[in-house]
Amino acid sequence: MKLNKENKILAGLAVTALILIGRLFVIQILDDSYKIDASNNSMVYSTIYPTRGIIYDRNGKILVGNKVAYDILVTPKEVSEFDTLALSRALGVDPGFIKDKMDGYYRNRRKIGYQSVVMLKQLPPETYMRFAELAYKFPGFRGQPRSIRQYPYNAGGNLLGYVSEVDSRYIKAHNDEYKAGDYAGMTGIEATCEKYLKGEKGYKIYLRDSRNRIESSYRDGEMDKEAIPGKDIVTTIDAELQNYGQTLMQNKVGSLVAIEPSTGEILALISSPGIDVDVLADIGSHYSRIAADPLKPMFNRAVQASYPPGSVFKLVNALIGLQEGVVTPQTEYPCHMGYRYGNRKMGCHDHRSPLDMEESIMMSCNAYYCHVFRSILEDSGNGTVAQSLAKWDEYVSSFGFGHKLGSDFPSELGGDIPTPELYDRMYGEGRWKATNIISLSIGQGEIGCTPLHLANLCAIMANRGFYYIPHIIRESDGVEIDPKYREKQYTMVDTSYFDTVVEGMFRAVNSSYGSGATATVAAVKGLDICGKTGTAQNPHGDDNSVFICFAPKDNPRIAVAAYIEHGSFGARWAAPIASLLTEKYLNREIGPQRKPLEKRMMEGVLLDKVNDR
Amino acid sequence: MNSYRGNSFLKSIDWSLVVTYLLLVMIGWVNIYASVHSSEPASIFDFSCRSGKQFVWIVSAIGMAGIILFIINPRVWDSLSILFYAATILLLVAVIFFGVEVKGSRSWFEFGPVRFQPAEISKIATSLLLATVMSQIGYRLTTARNFILTVLIILVPMAIIVAQSETGSALVYVGFVFMLYREGLSGWLLFIIGMAILLFILTLTASPFVSMLALAAVATLCSALESGRIKKWATSILPVMVFLALVPFIIRWTSALFPDPDTVIGKVRPMYFFAVAAAAGILFYAYKAYRDRSRFKLGVIASFIIGTAFIMSVDFIFHDVLQDHQRKRIEVLLGLKDDPSGVGYNVNQSMIAIGSGGFSGKGFLHGTQTTYGFVPEQSTDFIFCTIGEEWGFVGAASVILLYVFLIWRILHDAERSREAFTRIYGYCVACCIFMHLFINVGMTMGLVPVIGIPLPLLSYGGSSLWAFTAMIFIFIALDRNEKRYL
Repeated sequence: MKLNKENKILAGLAVTALILIGRLFVIQILDDSYKIDASNNSMVYSTIYPTRGIIYDRNGKILVGNKVAYDILVTPKEVSEFDTLALSRALGVDPGFIKDKMDGYYRNRRKIGYQSVVMLKQLPPETYMRFAELAYKFPGFRGQPRSIRQYPYNAGGNLLGYVSEVDSRYIKAHNDEYKAGDYAGMTGIEATCEKYLKGEKGYKIYLRDSRNRIESSYRDGEMDKEAIPGKDIVTTIDAELQNYGQTLMQNKVGSLVAIEPSTGEILALISSPGIDVDVLADIGSHYSRIAADPLKPMFNRAVQASYPPGSVFKLVNALIGLQEGVVTPQTEYPCHMGYRYGNRKMGCHDHRSPLDMEESIMMSCNAYYCHVFRSILEDSGNGTVAQSLAKWDEYVSSFGFGHKLGSDFPSELGGDIPTPELYDRMYGEGRWKATNIISLSIGQGEIGCTPLHLANLCAIMANRGFYYIPHIIRESDGVEIDPKYREKQYTMVDTSYFDTVVEGMFRAVNSSYGSGATATVAAVKGLDICGKTGTAQNPHGDDNSVFICFAPKDNPRIAVAAYIEHGSFGARWAAPIASLLTEKYLNREIGPQRKPLEKRMMEGVLLDKVNDR
Repeated sequence: MNSYRGNSFLKSIDWSLVVTYLLLVMIGWVNIYASVHSSEPASIFDFSCRSGKQFVWIVSAIGMAGIILFIINPRVWDSLSILFYAATILLLVAVIFFGVEVKGSRSWFEFGPVRFQPAEISKIATSLLLATVMSQIGYRLTTARNFILTVLIILVPMAIIVAQSETGSALVYVGFVFMLYREGLSGWLLFIIGMAILLFILTLTASPFVSMLALAAVATLCSALESGRIKKWATSILPVMVFLALVPFIIRWTSALFPDPDTVIGKVRPMYFFAVAAAAGILFYAYKAYRDRSRFKLGVIASFIIGTAFIMSVDFIFHDVLQDHQRKRIEVLLGLKDDPSGVGYNVNQSMIAIGSGGFSGKGFLHGTQTTYGFVPEQSTDFIFCTIGEEWGFVGAASVILLYVFLIWRILHDAERSREAFTRIYGYCVACCIFMHLFINVGMTMGLVPVIGIPLPLLSYGGSSLWAFTAMIFIFIALDRNEKRYL
């Protein structure tokens, strides 16, 4: 045979045929790995869902655990005639519901084929047991256990976050790591720690015969893959404290945040009103109601609400003034019911005059801080008022304000501090003076911060000049935290200047009644609480009640910020609530003489003030 | 020889082709029934299920075959091929705008319950026009003008089909290269295409270094073969190649002795050695080419440089030119990624189905893998699984042999025809069937990436069955027309 082109092509054809038949020979006869079983069976993969990791508090108590619920699965091809009424009674659903479902399966019978479909989700074990007793009457129906979340403490839905089935958008955003039917943490700690908590899915391989009946497990389960449970997470939260704070804040709008100053660990983070943990496990069926609530329970005020800090901010101005050298601890300013500038006046309450710095903090004098702030802007030697304000911004920023603190909690907001450019836009360049922006001296005006910022400010006071970035996850076995949470963040104010201000905070709480101190209601014997009240204007109605405090004065163990919308004076609601939380943490119980105060706080209802808007 | 032999009309038909055709169609029909049987136990004639519908398609396809064979004058195909081609191109473009979307590609027209894919008839139209153009007197493939014209005829429909994101269907057109080879295309082109595929695979599975080494070895070997100095090649260049192949191991071995990565040895890469050797080699060959006035050697140098550039750009092609799903399929095929539940799932299930058939199969309607959706598209693209599972090695190999017979018989008839038109068209038909066979069967057995094209005559679907029927029977009609005068 001569090797012309025709024969070469024929040879190529023969070679290709040999390759195909050779391959066929290999996979059909030589290689055993493609043979399923001598008995003509085929494999069925059944997914095993991992249990989610448990979320612990700082003392090893379970904040979020797991419990079993049952999905009811139907294999329509296996269903024979059954008593719809009896089934609906066993499952606790409407007979019409079952009829609708069965009609739907019949319409899609081609698509479903021999597969099983989920008819009901997350039945509690009691209901499932009732069904299981009667299950023999309903061929084709079976239950499948699935673990769902359980919440031993009322630690607040906003803090913990919820878990729900992923939707197509979520799957896309996570590069197809998830498949339909998977669950994932959507908010709060569940979202922050999703990668640890989720675990890894496994599968079981079953064999079935040519009529699709499941016969046995494949190779005695040798090839099965176990699901790997999610990693457990240890949080910095104190479950008891969180629970207690949640009780104090009920029926009030606002937020309560507690931090351990020596580590930056968040001890409690409460946003009220919040999502009740009772509905958290099954958020899907409550979602629309929660989202429609005018009080916005999904809105996490602790990290997302931007509030004016109010008089609490005087602490910052005092420290900046000291650092800039425009005041000394001994500087005294007069105050006669306020501060006059031009033909206007910033009001103040009635107290003795003149005051030095410690007393100005203790009695929260507005006029004193008008003087201080004006001096910072006009006499600090930093140039024009605008330049001095820019410098002031740097100081304020070093206290954590005006930007995200960088905590590991999702969706934290940064708040605002006003720049010179802002006022240039508002008033025109060079057409504004210190007196135009004098409200900044008392934490009003164009400044906004979250309760987390305030708690962080309090931690700075407790540490006398630095903070650790507040965070909520502790390092534990297999869970790493960012090293930034172990770095001290220094403010631009020297440690030595803090003593005067802290002394003022101490006297604000621990002075005798009638001394003019603003926060004597917060005093607890033996705890040496240092605090500062604030009363921030709220354009929608009553003022907001603000209070930050830390204790004990030396080697502080807790720093708290309370922000109560429409709570009027700081001493009215915020100071008692914050001090009760502090007392609870340090003493583990509330002293008998403060029990009436605790009762009043727990029973107080401020929601109607909000609704009055 | 040119005298009228008076062969009767029926006698001059190549009945072996007709019988093979009918056998394949029947095998397809029976297996479509088997693949849908278990989920919808019904009669094979039940028109609500696929086997019943396929029966309708088969009957109408045979009717169409009769019309082509007995009514249409075979000369029409030659004279009208230009019109036919133009109309098909129009349809191909129109379907992008007016077609319905099926599985992400817009390549189907829909008329009520009937769907049809212009890409199927474009294979016929392209084959016919190629035959018309290339059978003209004075046509020579080796002239640039004719070559470009021929390539354009193939590339235009191919490009439009790629634009419909039907890459699989477009790939079939690559098969025409065998026809071009028969008609005078240099064998080097086939060789170069083969090399490109080899280098692509080698670069991805091994490393660019190994791939370049292979390129260098082949290039120098070609040069040695051409000048008849194989012995010299084996004693001089081959040892260098072997040494270069060992370089990565040597480097690994020495760097283990000097664990500090900052020393000179830690920074040495195998590629440096290769670069030096390649630069020296190119200079050496360039000198020899200059001395011998050898165009061939210059060509070798050029191909080596182009090949090196190709290897370096493989990464880019792979990651930036190919689409996501195509890349995944190639990765799974080459074993770069193991993914038994994703892309690899289909292939794995398909191979399990075929593999579990064993020597003699599980018997008609007793397959388990091909039912209940383990194997996707089991009555269309993966019909071969059902055959493999239920009829075993005996059945599956027989089906492959039937195809081989069909292709061989068409080539045989084509070679013996006196008219260039019939010969070229016959080669086109054989190439199309061959490509479909190799890609489809190769895909079910994990030899080729998963590319969704049907198995000719066997897969469920009217559009494809009609197109292949027309294609084959046009050839039978052309062949018969000649034989009457043979």
